Amino acid sequence: MENIAITQEVKPPNTSKGPVKWLQDNLFNTWYNTILTCLALVFLFFVFKGGLTWIFTQAEWEVIPANLQILMIGPYPIEQAWRIWIVLCTLFVLLGLSAGVWKGLVLRISAAIAIFGLILLLIPLDVVKNSEAEYAVLEFNFNIIYLIFLKRTWLLGGLVLFIVTFFLGRDKNVLKRWVIGGWVLSLPYTMMVLHGFGENSVSTTHWGGLFLTLVLAAAGITMCFPLGVLLALGRRSQLPAIKWVSTIYIETIRGVPLITLLIMGSVLFPIFMPGDLQLDKVLRAELALILFSAAYMAENVRGGLQAVPQGQVEAAQAVGLTYPKTMLFIVLPQALRAVIPAIVGQFISLFKDTSLVTIIGLLDLLGIARSVLANPTWQGRYIEVYLFVAAIYFVFCYAMSYVSQKIEADLGVGKH
Amino acid sequence: MHHASNTMAQNSTNIPFYRDIRFLKVFFQILFLIGLILLAGFLYSNMLHGLRRQNLPLDLSFLSSEAGFGISEGIDYDPADSYLKAFWVGVVNTVKISIIGIIFATVFGFIFGIARLSSNWLIRNIAAVYVEIFRNIPLLLQIFFWAALTRALPMVTNSITISDSIVLNVRGIYLPTLERTPEFNTWLSYLFAGIILAIIVVFVLAAFRHFGRLSEVHHTDRPSFISDIIFGTKWAAAPTFLIVAIAGLFLTSEPPFVVNRPELQGFNYVGGMNFTPEFSALLIGLTVYTSAFIAEVVRSGIQAVVKGQREAARAVGLKESQVLRLIVIPQSIPIIVPPLTSQYLNLAKNSSLGTAIGYPELLHIGHTMMNQTGQSIPIFGMIMASYLIMSLTTSAFMNWYNYRITRIGRSS
Repeated sequence: MENIAITQEVKPPNTSKGPVKWLQDNLFNTWYNTILTCLALVFLFFVFKGGLTWIFTQAEWEVIPANLQILMIGPYPIEQAWRIWIVLCTLFVLLGLSAGVWKGLVLRISAAIAIFGLILLLIPLDVVKNSEAEYAVLEFNFNIIYLIFLKRTWLLGGLVLFIVTFFLGRDKNVLKRWVIGGWVLSLPYTMMVLHGFGENSVSTTHWGGLFLTLVLAAAGITMCFPLGVLLALGRRSQLPAIKWVSTIYIETIRGVPLITLLIMGSVLFPIFMPGDLQLDKVLRAELALILFSAAYMAENVRGGLQAVPQGQVEAAQAVGLTYPKTMLFIVLPQALRAVIPAIVGQFISLFKDTSLVTIIGLLDLLGIARSVLANPTWQGRYIEVYLFVAAIYFVFCYAMSYVSQKIEADLGVGKH
Repeated sequence: MHHASNTMAQNSTNIPFYRDIRFLKVFFQILFLIGLILLAGFLYSNMLHGLRRQNLPLDLSFLSSEAGFGISEGIDYDPADSYLKAFWVGVVNTVKISIIGIIFATVFGFIFGIARLSSNWLIRNIAAVYVEIFRNIPLLLQIFFWAALTRALPMVTNSITISDSIVLNVRGIYLPTLERTPEFNTWLSYLFAGIILAIIVVFVLAAFRHFGRLSEVHHTDRPSFISDIIFGTKWAAAPTFLIVAIAGLFLTSEPPFVVNRPELQGFNYVGGMNFTPEFSALLIGLTVYTSAFIAEVVRSGIQAVVKGQREAARAVGLKESQVLRLIVIPQSIPIIVPPLTSQYLNLAKNSSLGTAIGYPELLHIGHTMMNQTGQSIPIFGMIMASYLIMSLTTSAFMNWYNYRITRIGRSS
């Protein structure tokens, strides 16, 4: 057998290209692949036929435009919606400045977000009219056209601000620390603007929809990250008391489901608080989310810490850096870079986990979708509503994982 | 030398205690612990106040009193049973859905994980789309979706039946089961005979092998009789046993099993196995969601086996199936097992989402008990302890398994 192979003439590699060649190589290269291809084609035919027939002929999509506002901002009063738009415009300003100052990956990500905004501007989802939709929007005694016009104006304003600040911030390195400061302050700023003061303030009981989901996720991500780093450092600390407390905390939290923590926050928390102190429901859920995610974040960061060679720490000590400086400037930058995919994966999990607040009665995107379905007008429209909501979750999660892949490639993780 | 160490000792005594690292280490830990104890004490006193306010003394005696609420599915239970029994029903339900879910998720996860590495473009991309879609949509949303679908199934009289054996209706999913007949015991004795015969065959073959080689091999190199059985002839056991077992199927006067199909009697289906709508929805949700993650674990595990290993295997002339069986899979299993374990644990913990669609699992029953008795603190303790025990035993078992296979990998 081997002898024959040696004497056989070896053909030059096939360099021919074209669709037929591609089909041959990728779909029909062996007999079993041919069978698999045929089966897959039959499967796809039925899936697409069934799916498309349902989407275009059987589904009743009016439920989405009629409830779009509810799905987006929940019971947030429409007269106060400008607060949300102000926050969005501020974020566009920060994004534009960051894109101009840093360029590269930051520019590409912000540009993608801006393009997404532009697409939203052009989609006529909320313009679709029918009797029920009109009724749902007119309840607020506003003119539909005026409302739609207002929404477009805000969004357009945000996009214009983005472009203007991008050109303003271009190549201005001095702006860097100001922009970072701006991002740090953006969370408390957002909360203050959204909540407001005085008689016009909007209490968190009126927060809902996609807006609440995004607030929960954003606050959760920004808070659980530093807490997770601290816990990871604590678990690797040489001080036994700190090490053991961190370890017990991490393992206990990782051993129980998030929903028990959320229910605990809503049932047990009041018992453990002094006297009449009552934290609001959203804040308690947010706390449970942060405390839960931090334990997982700690484990991811710990993986990165373990990958940093001991010599780095010793070298830092040799040049006289203190423990905080060693960690902040030497160890953590290397550790975090190694585990970016895991950290972003945790952010994605946190984003999906915000949907569990539905169970304790908050009206996040999923919760509000369920309340729409509970309305007798829209009874039985659950496939349409759930598909729409699922698409929103999917876009955000997929975008995050895509960005993480890009960051990974940009930093060359695994190549050095 | 002596002088130098002397000055060092002097230096260390010169450092004021508040800058001495040894002192500071102990000091900060004590400070940290004192802070922790103060916090715990604060919470404890609040708890006592809170409980007094609600007139609810901490007391475990409620566990033995009558529960009084019904549970829609699970092991034998009556509303007159105690709270402890009700809680146990929840634990069993959680374990049940977790184990079945893990089995299904593993099967589908491996199928889709391997499909993602297929040389067939279509198969590869179908698997990729499956993984990306179901990984990026919250599990709770998926479970709600499946629950809504199972609730929208037709009424009993209009049930969907598939080849007369699988029935779908609003009361759940009915599957056929195998049931024993009186002849089963006869067949059992054939199985027993099969085991004995298999042992005899293995021993006889080993004896032939052992004594047949007496003359060939020098007696000090000769493997022992036991190792002849273990390495030489144990293969004969399984076929012998199977032949006897199958022969037994034909020799019994009637088949030892009959298929028990669900059949419509009156207004309900009887017979076979019934999965309630809640159980089915939760099972589908957990399986689909977790299998997408397991597929990624499997794919990255197989891809982590360096390319050179495959190329070397092909170079020494192994067939493609042998490359997979002998080279790739043994090396990827140790990489796959740890993340697979955490996926199993996630599935078990995620089964608590069944509470949102009314599947009577641990958390759901715990919640009902809290609402009835108001004893939220001890019940929460029980719930968390149950989850922790499940997590710890699963991870202990998987760690043991991982340790075993990595050791085999190294020794051979």
